[in-house]
Amino acid sequence: MEAVRSQRKSSVSNGVVTTLPLYRSAPLLEVRLEDFELYAIDRLRVLKGISDGLSRGKKPDEMEKLVLDLWKTNMRHQHSSEVVNKDIISHFVLRLVYCRTEELRRWFLSMETTLFRYRFRDEAPEVQRALMAEFDLPYKSVSNAEYESVKDKLNQVARAIGQSTTTDAIFYKVPFEEVPELVAGRRVFIQKGNAYIAMNQVVSLVITQFRSHLSKALVLTNRKWTSMIREQEKDRLAPIIEALSTSYLGPDYSQPREHAEISLKDIDQIAKSSFPLCMRHLFEKLREDHHLKHGGRMQLGLFLKGVGLKLDDALAFWRAEFSRKVGAERFDKEYAYGIRHNYGKEGKRTDYTPYSCQKIISSAPGVGDHHGCPYRHFSEENLRAALTRMGVGNRPLEDVIDKVRNRHYQLACTLTFEAVHGSSCDAGVNHPNQYYNDSQRILESQTTKEVLGVSRGYGDWWWNEEVQGKVKANKAAYVKLVESKDEEEKRTNREGRVRVEEVEEAMHRMNREERSGQTKSR
Amino acid sequence: MRREEVENGRDDMLIDGDENEQRRIENAVPDGFNADYLKAYYGKVFPYVDMFKWLSYGNDGKHPGCDHSYFGRREFSFTLDNDIYLRFQSFNSASELENAIKEKCPFKIDIGPVYSVDPAKRHAYSLGGDNIFTPVERELVFDIDISDYDDVRYCCSGADVCLECWPLMTIAIKVIDTSLRDDFGFSHILWVYSGRRGVHCWVCDGKARRLNNEQRAAIVDYFRVYKGNENSSKKVSLVGPALHPFLVRSYNEVLKDYFENRLLLSQKLFLNEERFEKILEMIPDESVTSELRGKWLSNKRSKEEINVARWDQLKHLLQSSKQKGQGLRRCIEEIVFSFTYPRLDMEVSKHMNHLLKAPFCVHPKTGRVCVPINPKNCEEFDPSAVPTLSQLLGELNTGGFRGEGDNEWEGTSLGGCVRYFRESFLQSLLKSCKEEIETSYNAKVQQSRNSISW
Repeated sequence: MEAVRSQRKSSVSNGVVTTLPLYRSAPLLEVRLEDFELYAIDRLRVLKGISDGLSRGKKPDEMEKLVLDLWKTNMRHQHSSEVVNKDIISHFVLRLVYCRTEELRRWFLSMETTLFRYRFRDEAPEVQRALMAEFDLPYKSVSNAEYESVKDKLNQVARAIGQSTTTDAIFYKVPFEEVPELVAGRRVFIQKGNAYIAMNQVVSLVITQFRSHLSKALVLTNRKWTSMIREQEKDRLAPIIEALSTSYLGPDYSQPREHAEISLKDIDQIAKSSFPLCMRHLFEKLREDHHLKHGGRMQLGLFLKGVGLKLDDALAFWRAEFSRKVGAERFDKEYAYGIRHNYGKEGKRTDYTPYSCQKIISSAPGVGDHHGCPYRHFSEENLRAALTRMGVGNRPLEDVIDKVRNRHYQLACTLTFEAVHGSSCDAGVNHPNQYYNDSQRILESQTTKEVLGVSRGYGDWWWNEEVQGKVKANKAAYVKLVESKDEEEKRTNREGRVRVEEVEEAMHRMNREERSGQTKSR
Repeated sequence: MRREEVENGRDDMLIDGDENEQRRIENAVPDGFNADYLKAYYGKVFPYVDMFKWLSYGNDGKHPGCDHSYFGRREFSFTLDNDIYLRFQSFNSASELENAIKEKCPFKIDIGPVYSVDPAKRHAYSLGGDNIFTPVERELVFDIDISDYDDVRYCCSGADVCLECWPLMTIAIKVIDTSLRDDFGFSHILWVYSGRRGVHCWVCDGKARRLNNEQRAAIVDYFRVYKGNENSSKKVSLVGPALHPFLVRSYNEVLKDYFENRLLLSQKLFLNEERFEKILEMIPDESVTSELRGKWLSNKRSKEEINVARWDQLKHLLQSSKQKGQGLRRCIEEIVFSFTYPRLDMEVSKHMNHLLKAPFCVHPKTGRVCVPINPKNCEEFDPSAVPTLSQLLGELNTGGFRGEGDNEWEGTSLGGCVRYFRESFLQSLLKSCKEEIETSYNAKVQQSRNSISW
């Protein structure tokens, strides 16, 4: 705990003090095993909250409030001196947890980056400048003469993004590649490869650095994990780490539910009774047009895989439709590959997972596309028509529309579920395959006339009982192991402490590797 | 109506290419596309050396900074006659490339990224567990298909193209090319006719080749104004109190002109109720739309000038409705953008490992060669005048008498295209590549010197 102060120095520059660490190197700290896990869970709550906020399509100012609230609620500590440690330790623990697959890394990277973004924006300008200095960003502000030459364009951009134009603003000129998010949103003036960014946009520049650093670090941590940590820590930290990661992902929808297979002859019936609107729409369009564009084929195809459509049936299903439009021969030539690919039979041979609501909501369908989230991407008029066709009555329909207007797309889908099934859906809809499974569960219980007291949702589904149980079991096993270890081992683990640095040494080595890796690649 | 337009197009072509046409008839080779034609094309015309020079980016030179493994790490993929798809082909020299193409006679050649290791040996490298087989360089590419414009063109649909709708491609080239040069600072840009229904763009600057996927996606998003899918009523949404300078420039320099002076007439955008309703749908003010609808329904003359007249009425009403403010005036721009703004196939541009058809391939359906398009005079480009395989073979038959140069293509109508590729694209590209290799080599030498003394 005393080590806190030594950590602080990395965040102090020119006498400016900040509580926002850059997580550049792993801490040399000791932490109680219990805290190791609890800190991680607290941070996970923050990240999960951010993930929910993003999938609701919250605007930046709403996100800012949400992130700072989540942070305050979950990342407190009774000893103020311990707050920064908790921050750093939890971050590094979750790095281990989320380093292990591409999908986990992508999720963690995205949530940590969002978290950092809003915490950075919350800092005072002098702190921001100090943090910028720590990132070694070599950019100078634009000279007066140059500013005058592009002033009109800069003002034009400022008006375009709804900001007041100020004449004495500081602008930095940076290569456009450094601020991809500003380029993507046309939030910046670009000329001859250089982007002119205003002081209040500097966060984008910092974020790019933060993200690229963390992204590289996660890949290296993963290498370290598979090559040594997993084996060395197989009795102590590995079980905790593994339990933590499944606690986020919740059910894995890449494999269909047990014994759940569907056959082609039932598919129309099932689509009508149990598909969420996004899939139902794609399904109907496919039947109607005998064609779907790439995004639609992916979204529906992976969903059907998760539902339990076997590869052979899937090929038959898609061929039956597409051959009516493009001919069977062209289907076999151009489209069959993609379907086998989804089932891990081609190319990288990855067994792809069905898209989650968050992924579908944040997709960007274009002209001719039918994929995406209807609650987000349909016009109100089309949505109303679609819901009416699904059998949503007048009153619930207004509730759904109300949720949509407030951009609670998943809640809108949940209300639709409840209206269609006449049964509550406490867990909310997080995944089209979860919608399907819950729907099937209700329908099965109705047909077999089983009395099911309460429909059992997933509850706090990413941290459900099952997983908590698993963690507890792991913990018990681990305590036993610690007791049976020899004296020296016991000393290391005295007072139930983990020496974080044992794990983190790996991080240090990793940092060194990264540096040497960089010079090599140059 | 349509047949007439097509015939007009042919007439123009005849006038332009009278002499060629005459020769073609004398040495006529029956139209079409088959493996024999293709063999002759690959045997005599395909510009292997230029392709090799291009994709080597100066690394085939003698300079110590050259990376001699560079070309060999590039993925080619061949689609053969019998639809066999050969991915991950790689070649170490121009002659290897030439021999493989002549031997396999691919109906289509695709170009992929440069990988970290030779793609043909990727399996050997994946055995180690760490997957080091990954794309490291790739031109920034764009693919624009006219079939994506079916809701804004009435002359053709699907893969069909005519001179009435081709200007949509011209617009795309002008808008994207200007932005790539002026905004993003790229200078080595190659536009290519895709052989049937669209255009491809290859941005070849070193900086472009090294962009990561996120940066590529950012550029694509910068170009994107289409939000919303088939089920949203508005395809284009221009929000905010003002437009970004890029959109302003595109609108003022290209879109407005092409909309008012070309497409409005050629596509007869206001011709009948069905068509003008589609435009009225984009105006969110009931009183404006009902006024216009009333006027237009009572006046059903279908004359040429009706399109211009109705557009003027619409503009006038929207501009004059002062109390409605900015939102309604923005509608004019939204309508113009909807009917003219480039529609990119975004997935192709976003990922480094996407394949794209090589220039100078021949499209099996049309028999036309994928020739470069000069963006400086892209408005003169006529897809129906692009040399076809049979035409080229006919010209080769006469070429014997002419006896020009060592390259057979020089005597054919492909000659100008290869010359353009060489002189306007390749030369300046290779010059910058040389400079880049020199600079980075010197920096490396300097660095190692420093590290030794330290």
